[in-house]
Amino acid sequence: MTALHDAAPVHHDEHESTGIANTKLGMWIFLSSEFLFFGALISNYLIYGNRAFEGTVPREVYDIPFTSVSSFVLLMSSLTMVLAHHALSVGDQNGTKTWLLATALLGAVFLGGQVFEFTEFITIQDMTLTTNPAASAFFVLTGFHGVHVAIGVLMLLSLFGISRRQGGLSEKQGMNLELVGLYWHFVDIIWIVIFTLVYLLSAV
Amino acid sequence: MTATSTERPATTIFKRPSSHTGIGSWLTTVDHKRIGILYGYSAFFFFIIGGIEALLLRIQLSAPNNEFITAAEYNALFTTHGLTMIFLFVMPVTAAFMNYLLPLMIGARDVAFPRMNALSYWIWLAGAIFTYSVIFFADVAPPLGVEGFPGNLDPSDQTFLGGLPDGGWFLYQPNAGPYFSPGSAIDFGALGLQILGLSSLISSVNFLTTIFNMRAKGMRLLRMPVFVWMTMVVGFLLLFSLPIIAVALFMVTFDRSFGSTFFQAVSGGDPILWQHLFWLFGHPEVYILILPSMGIVSEVLPVFSKKPLFGYAAVVFAGAGIAFLGFGVWAHHMFASGITPVAQAAFGLSTMTIAIPTGIKIFNWVFTMWGGRIRFTTPMLFAIGFVSMFVIGGLSGVTHSVVPSDWQQTDTYYIVAHFHYVLFGGAIFGIFAGLYYWFPKFTGRMMNDKIGKVHFWVQFVGFNLTFAPMHWLGLQGMVRRTWKYAPDNNFGPWNVAVTIGAFTIALAILIFIFNFMYSKRKGAPSGLDPWDARTIEWTIPNPTPEYNFGVAPVVHTLDHFWHMKYTEDAEGRAVRRPDADEVIARLEHEGNNPPTPIHLPNPSYFPLIMASGLPLIGYGIIYHLSAAGKAMIAIGAIITISGLLGWGMEPLEEPHAPQDHEDDHKLEEAHS
Amino acid sequence: MPTSTAATGRRLGLVNMPPMLSGHRRFAERRRFRRTTALAALALIFTSCSYIEIDSPLTTFEPGGPFAEQIDRLFWPVFWIATAMFVIVQGLIFIAMFRFRDRPGAKEPKQVHGNVFLEVTWTVIPTLILAGIAVPTVQSVFDLTECGPDAMEVNVTGHQWWFEYDYPDLGITTANVLVMPAGKEVCAVMTSADVLHNFWIPSLNGKRYLVPGQETLLRLQANEPGEFWGHCAEFCGLSHSLMRARAHALSQADWEAWIVDQQAPATLPAEGTPAARGWEIYQAKCTGCHGVTFTDADGAEQYLGPAVDAFNGPNLTHFASRNVFAGAAWPDGDLTYDQALTEWLANPPAAKPGSYMPNLGLTQSEIDDLKAWLETMK
Repeated sequence: MTALHDAAPVHHDEHESTGIANTKLGMWIFLSSEFLFFGALISNYLIYGNRAFEGTVPREVYDIPFTSVSSFVLLMSSLTMVLAHHALSVGDQNGTKTWLLATALLGAVFLGGQVFEFTEFITIQDMTLTTNPAASAFFVLTGFHGVHVAIGVLMLLSLFGISRRQGGLSEKQGMNLELVGLYWHFVDIIWIVIFTLVYLLSAV
Repeated sequence: MTATSTERPATTIFKRPSSHTGIGSWLTTVDHKRIGILYGYSAFFFFIIGGIEALLLRIQLSAPNNEFITAAEYNALFTTHGLTMIFLFVMPVTAAFMNYLLPLMIGARDVAFPRMNALSYWIWLAGAIFTYSVIFFADVAPPLGVEGFPGNLDPSDQTFLGGLPDGGWFLYQPNAGPYFSPGSAIDFGALGLQILGLSSLISSVNFLTTIFNMRAKGMRLLRMPVFVWMTMVVGFLLLFSLPIIAVALFMVTFDRSFGSTFFQAVSGGDPILWQHLFWLFGHPEVYILILPSMGIVSEVLPVFSKKPLFGYAAVVFAGAGIAFLGFGVWAHHMFASGITPVAQAAFGLSTMTIAIPTGIKIFNWVFTMWGGRIRFTTPMLFAIGFVSMFVIGGLSGVTHSVVPSDWQQTDTYYIVAHFHYVLFGGAIFGIFAGLYYWFPKFTGRMMNDKIGKVHFWVQFVGFNLTFAPMHWLGLQGMVRRTWKYAPDNNFGPWNVAVTIGAFTIALAILIFIFNFMYSKRKGAPSGLDPWDARTIEWTIPNPTPEYNFGVAPVVHTLDHFWHMKYTEDAEGRAVRRPDADEVIARLEHEGNNPPTPIHLPNPSYFPLIMASGLPLIGYGIIYHLSAAGKAMIAIGAIITISGLLGWGMEPLEEPHAPQDHEDDHKLEEAHS
Repeated sequence: MPTSTAATGRRLGLVNMPPMLSGHRRFAERRRFRRTTALAALALIFTSCSYIEIDSPLTTFEPGGPFAEQIDRLFWPVFWIATAMFVIVQGLIFIAMFRFRDRPGAKEPKQVHGNVFLEVTWTVIPTLILAGIAVPTVQSVFDLTECGPDAMEVNVTGHQWWFEYDYPDLGITTANVLVMPAGKEVCAVMTSADVLHNFWIPSLNGKRYLVPGQETLLRLQANEPGEFWGHCAEFCGLSHSLMRARAHALSQADWEAWIVDQQAPATLPAEGTPAARGWEIYQAKCTGCHGVTFTDADGAEQYLGPAVDAFNGPNLTHFASRNVFAGAAWPDGDLTYDQALTEWLANPPAAKPGSYMPNLGLTQSEIDDLKAWLETMK
């Protein structure tokens, strides 16, 4: 509330019974719902992983070394996200910008890997969404995760763009960075679960 | 959490809306009360639509082998009757109550995210319009070619009504899959539900944050009105059940529009998985529908019994317990589906346990009345009607938990009777109790009590005449979702009674509409405290001022308002404080004349813009094989994303003149 | 209370007070009492109405075999417990409504917030009752799910909108009417050719789904010979309401005779008869879906009709041995068998919306010929 005198006052949400900002609490609540969203998708895959009348099932065609590398890339992006957050909290606007961009780029690399993987499965392995329930479950699960990563990358790039144009992030935008960070870590954690359950434990 | 000058947009695409009257003000409002009213009127509109659908079904069933409507029309009407009543009436009308009352009951000026609140309303409306817009697309070709299956759709069945979604609100696969429901009707249902679900998800995040963060000083969790508690419980139920139906509906859409094979047995899919996913959402959904009414009744009974709610904590925790157990009973909808006996036994037992917290609630309500001084006002009649009818629905529910009995009962009219006793006799009676009770809060006028009582009795008789015989019909073997029944079954006479009952309910609703319109204009002004109420939403003038509380309330007890007016004598009997009338007069004065100026979030176009893109994306997905469909997806996405960007660039509140800030600062000090 | 609020209202300068606060208290009281009585009377009417017999052949109250009897035995105690609970709760509500109604001069109520003893009571007692219900429930679930070792297997396949019955040990395939020996268990091994169906003969057992790609079991047994009605209970598309079923339980002698009849192929009708013309029509228009096993002119057994596992309609070899057709929905109402068959053949989709059997555009004489031929298919 430091900037109260030169800013538009916000009345209705000043009061925070829990001491956590509304937006942050809202994000936590939203993410708890997202956990179940992916929980349902992962369960589908676990049920359907071997279900096929015909065609290739995903576990036969996983490229574990390749996916390990792209998983590592995504894991590192969580680290750079933390660094971006840290940089902002110590007032290092340049560092924030750098780490934001790095996070977005790592996310983009992961997405590139997923596009490559999908292309390979579809063209070389002849396994598509319509091949069998196992393939359907795989593509829908990893596809939805990819969409989440893509949304995250867009949010990171917007923050980076705002920061570049304004020469730094304001206090409110700092909160936005924290929200994007929460989301980003969530997407990352979900991938770790997917990688473990869907790839490692079911690969042949 | 303040807006600095750097992020104020110099100019936005639109001039920020500022009017407080006229249609424009309703389209751009972010005021929780106005959003509540929008929800209320729209929901009631769909209540009438759903009711007309029910009447058509009932005319068809009033005689054996009736030919009033075609099979396709019948199937479409029972599907949309379910969808409409659940997603377009009960859920939004409870959202109306939550929107309007939640901030008032916890002493807040608005919900945590006012613009998101508007967004959830507009998304809901977009989803509702989208779902019903299917009637204009009945002739458009199906999304996927159907090969290898003889077409079972007679083109002559594609009448106006026959074009509505016809797979049942439960969309059981594979009947509602691409092969057996080849038209686009089911896609409208599935994607419409997806949009409606998004609206509910946004609401639940908003309400939960509001309850956790926006409570007035002293409003501890266990001082919150039961209705607020039930709103919180419903928020969690939505939060954890919606993602599951979202996944399931996505799977259906992928099956139908993109050729995946999740539920199509011909390609190795498992139709029973759909049922698990659907009911894992669907059963909590039942509690999403009934718990708000339980909250309403828990507010109404104490006021008109002049006693505190008996066992407040028990009622609250029983509500939470019902919700928690509600996630562990879904397979009782599937006892006949061939799941293993172990699963059947386990889900039978878990279903029985639900009866325990439900019983706790009922007994606490009865004992709230016990020893009180009961005033039989219209809201009280509806509340007592709720308890009585809900008991019947609850007890017939226990008979389903006895698994082998359920094998006989499931998919018969016995089930139809059961859930209408819960959802009509329960949820809708509760909603009417709330409407009569808070009508003065919404309008500053009283509903006419005499007409209200006539409404209650006509509805009560009509309701029982409609649904009581269904128990009997079901146990005599009348299966659900039947367009025709054979004369030899002798179901005819009772079905005539049911149909008469249905029209009696329609008459009751007409009486209500008359009363509503009459009382809205001519009703007696209510004053601040027309019911001698207990909770703090009644400490402010009626109708509620735009800023809600002239002075932020500080809460010391449960039923804070009551304790401002009453104390107890040595025996524990209520004694009105000598200064009670002065307190009320002071509240009225303070409420109308806030000591300091109050600034509220400004109206915004962007929620409406964002929401309006979603149906376009929906049309695009259904017709994605055509160029028009692809263009629709792009246009919809552009509209929604530009709405989002505009939103992001627009501060919640426009900056004010510096003089105001000083006052605001003082006000904030007073808050905290 | 009303006085004080009214006073407030007057002080605040309100012209009209809410109507519920206005006078005529005694009259209102009497009226309330009448309403209470009316309500009680209404409840009584509904209870008594429940005992008016509908006498539907689909009733669940006339179990005709051991499994339905077991369910029936389970239902009634639970029903009476539920009724007792209803009477208790509703009685308490009525007493509260009457005793504690607002009367002039009534004392202000005691502000009771709750009672731990009562809370525990109405938690523990229902729990005990439910535990009592739970034991037989779980037992019956396990009793009724697995087929007995001596049961005769019948494969039941659901189609939109008729049931097909296949007796693997006897080499018999029939439709619409499930024929079974009385006093002997039949194990229905069920699946679906298209969408979900739900097989239900209320007098013999509860229901069970027929799931495409999966197998479900249902135990069926009739004590005495007789005819039992059934219905598909899961919504299965356009003509769900016309997907009905029959079960015929036969005495041992009749059962054995039935087997002999069904195993025999059909004999071709004599040349030049209407039935022979019907046979021609069948060969020209019906073999895509309907199979017939018959003895040809050389005395050899032949099969005409769709391939195994292909899309099919009911086998017609013993069509006339069944008293119903078209998903056991016809004949229905006042129509005789003959009239119904004429109507059905004239335009199946009109009789049964969405029927896969198309309108073949048969003339009246063609219909008569077909009926003559079908009559020979005993």
